[in-house]
Amino acid sequence: MTKVLEVSGLKTHFFTHAGVVKAVDGVDFSVSKGKVMGLVGESGSGKSITGFSILGLIDPPGRIVEGSIRFNGEEIANAPEDILKRLRGNRISMIFQDPMMTLNPVLRVDTQMIEAILAHEKISRQVAWERSRDALGLVGIPSPEERLQAYPHQLSGGMRQRVAIATAFLNKPDLIIADEPTTALDVTIQAQIIHEAQKLTRQTGTALIWITHDLAVVAGLADRISVMYAGRIVEQGDIDDVIDRPRHPYTVGLLGSVPTANRRGQRLFQIEGMTPNMLAMPRGCAFGPRCRARTEACAAPPPIADVDGRRLRCFNPQRNAEAVP
Amino acid sequence: MTAPLVEIREVSKRFTKRLDVAGKIAQRLGANVREETVHAVDQVSLAIQPGEVLGLVGESGCGKSTLGRVVAGIHAASDGHLFYQGKDVATLKGAEKRAATLAIQMIFQDPFASLNPRMRVEEIIGEAPRMHGIVSKAEQSDYVDDVMRKVGLDPSLKRRYAHQFSGGQRQRIGIARALAVKPKFLVCDEAIAALDVSIQAQVINLFMDLREELGLTYLFISHDLSVVEHIADRVAIMYLGRIVESATTEEIFSDPRHPYTKALLAEAPRLDQRRRAFEPIEGEIPSPLDPPPGCTFHPRCPAATADCRKTVPVLKAGRGGRETACLLEHLETA
Repeated sequence: MTKVLEVSGLKTHFFTHAGVVKAVDGVDFSVSKGKVMGLVGESGSGKSITGFSILGLIDPPGRIVEGSIRFNGEEIANAPEDILKRLRGNRISMIFQDPMMTLNPVLRVDTQMIEAILAHEKISRQVAWERSRDALGLVGIPSPEERLQAYPHQLSGGMRQRVAIATAFLNKPDLIIADEPTTALDVTIQAQIIHEAQKLTRQTGTALIWITHDLAVVAGLADRISVMYAGRIVEQGDIDDVIDRPRHPYTVGLLGSVPTANRRGQRLFQIEGMTPNMLAMPRGCAFGPRCRARTEACAAPPPIADVDGRRLRCFNPQRNAEAVP
Repeated sequence: MTAPLVEIREVSKRFTKRLDVAGKIAQRLGANVREETVHAVDQVSLAIQPGEVLGLVGESGCGKSTLGRVVAGIHAASDGHLFYQGKDVATLKGAEKRAATLAIQMIFQDPFASLNPRMRVEEIIGEAPRMHGIVSKAEQSDYVDDVMRKVGLDPSLKRRYAHQFSGGQRQRIGIARALAVKPKFLVCDEAIAALDVSIQAQVINLFMDLREELGLTYLFISHDLSVVEHIADRVAIMYLGRIVESATTEEIFSDPRHPYTKALLAEAPRLDQRRRAFEPIEGEIPSPLDPPPGCTFHPRCPAATADCRKTVPVLKAGRGGRETACLLEHLETA
């Protein structure tokens, strides 16, 4: 299978007055053509910074300090701006949580979409307009001709996110990074957006990285999953393996704390404590202080290793989900 | 059946945007401007038994938060009545009125916006019980310690300000503030929506512990079906200002009747469904400024008939005695 993106040993650090924040600290993963990778973590786990690093969108005081990002075989970590400009919006697109971050509030939808095409291709405005109209139709926007004339504030939140997705797919990119694209939306609208994203990846063979905190969304959408904690991937593998048979105590805890029908009315399993302060990370395993399976070995940082057909960063892999609580 | 602890009867809440001076002049000159009225809550009746958890589910803009605020006494209802222990709160006076007001407390979604940033935690929690004479000034400090322990906060942190706490801890402060006046009934408006997954579980557990320990009754407002399924005894589904279905949690989740409930359940992502094909219902929730005629769900409903476009369905028992506001459900019993 062709790998669209290969990230290895990626470290993105922020050099603040208070100290160095290791937001991303040694992340490896790859995404194949037409596949969906779910990147899951809680706030501050570094999942969004991983996405921004791929597109070269890290501003000072942050920078990529180590590691490689290979896109279609080409190294793009810390690549010059003109190379990244050629890729952004063309071969790699991004969808943000808040579509107003993508859309310019003072330009009409058609202006923005046509601009996105003409920035990378020498075609007539008319052809670009037609392609924009077709793209809006593809994401399920009724009467696309009229919507093209609208300003972003005239559209509902769900419609804006559709415009953002249509724009991301305009140049048939090889990779789309979607950062919490449905978090701000209602359940029925979320289902519509996921439906459109699924359809488009299948039709165009675009690889998709879906960044979210919502395990249930990833379970329904992704082929592979990477679980991040405090800047590192702690468990990574096939979606069925990880969701049905989690091995890392953090994954076990996260899945256990999702309310589901079979535990109705009973106390939920809870992970004690809070995510660590990124300026004062615990020695050894970052999850150690909150982990119920902790042993003396956890005083040293666990390396990532192959366990049970997955990548795992833990000295004490869990056998089954019931073992921890 | 015992008397409900809290009951609302045919409560409506309308918000009207009044014309300002410029608007009035424009109207005089013949411009097409008029006062706009939003029917945020439209003829809703609910009864909540002592010790019960009622889940109120709906999407943004459906009026669930407004309804919660009416129940908590923050908004006055435009029409209808709120009863506490069988008595109309609007007719109560003096000590009785104060007791009814204190008995119903609210917990808000945003733990950042709902706490006064210039007050120390001990004041945030201790102010109301002292003002209402629940504790004397001398006892206040010990009382605050007690309440903080109850919600899992370390009392040694009470001299701090809200911004020095994490989101989950702040939500606990909000819960402690509500508990400090010894309420019987809590309105939780998306109280866990802003929290991370692992913190959500901690706060849900806290709600369940408090319910057992203090015999609390909840109106639990949420858009998250899995949370409501976990915590609620009964569920009411709201769409565009009205309750469209109401039943026990079992019934709603195993056998939803209203087409909107069915759609919500079908589309909520679940851990046990992989690489599923999402087949969403179309369209979006219409503007409450200009709701569609007849059943407000008909433009999105896969089963809508010509009658649905004209007749407004009321919430009543239909097939199998289940309460829905759906003409099709009522048809089958007739």
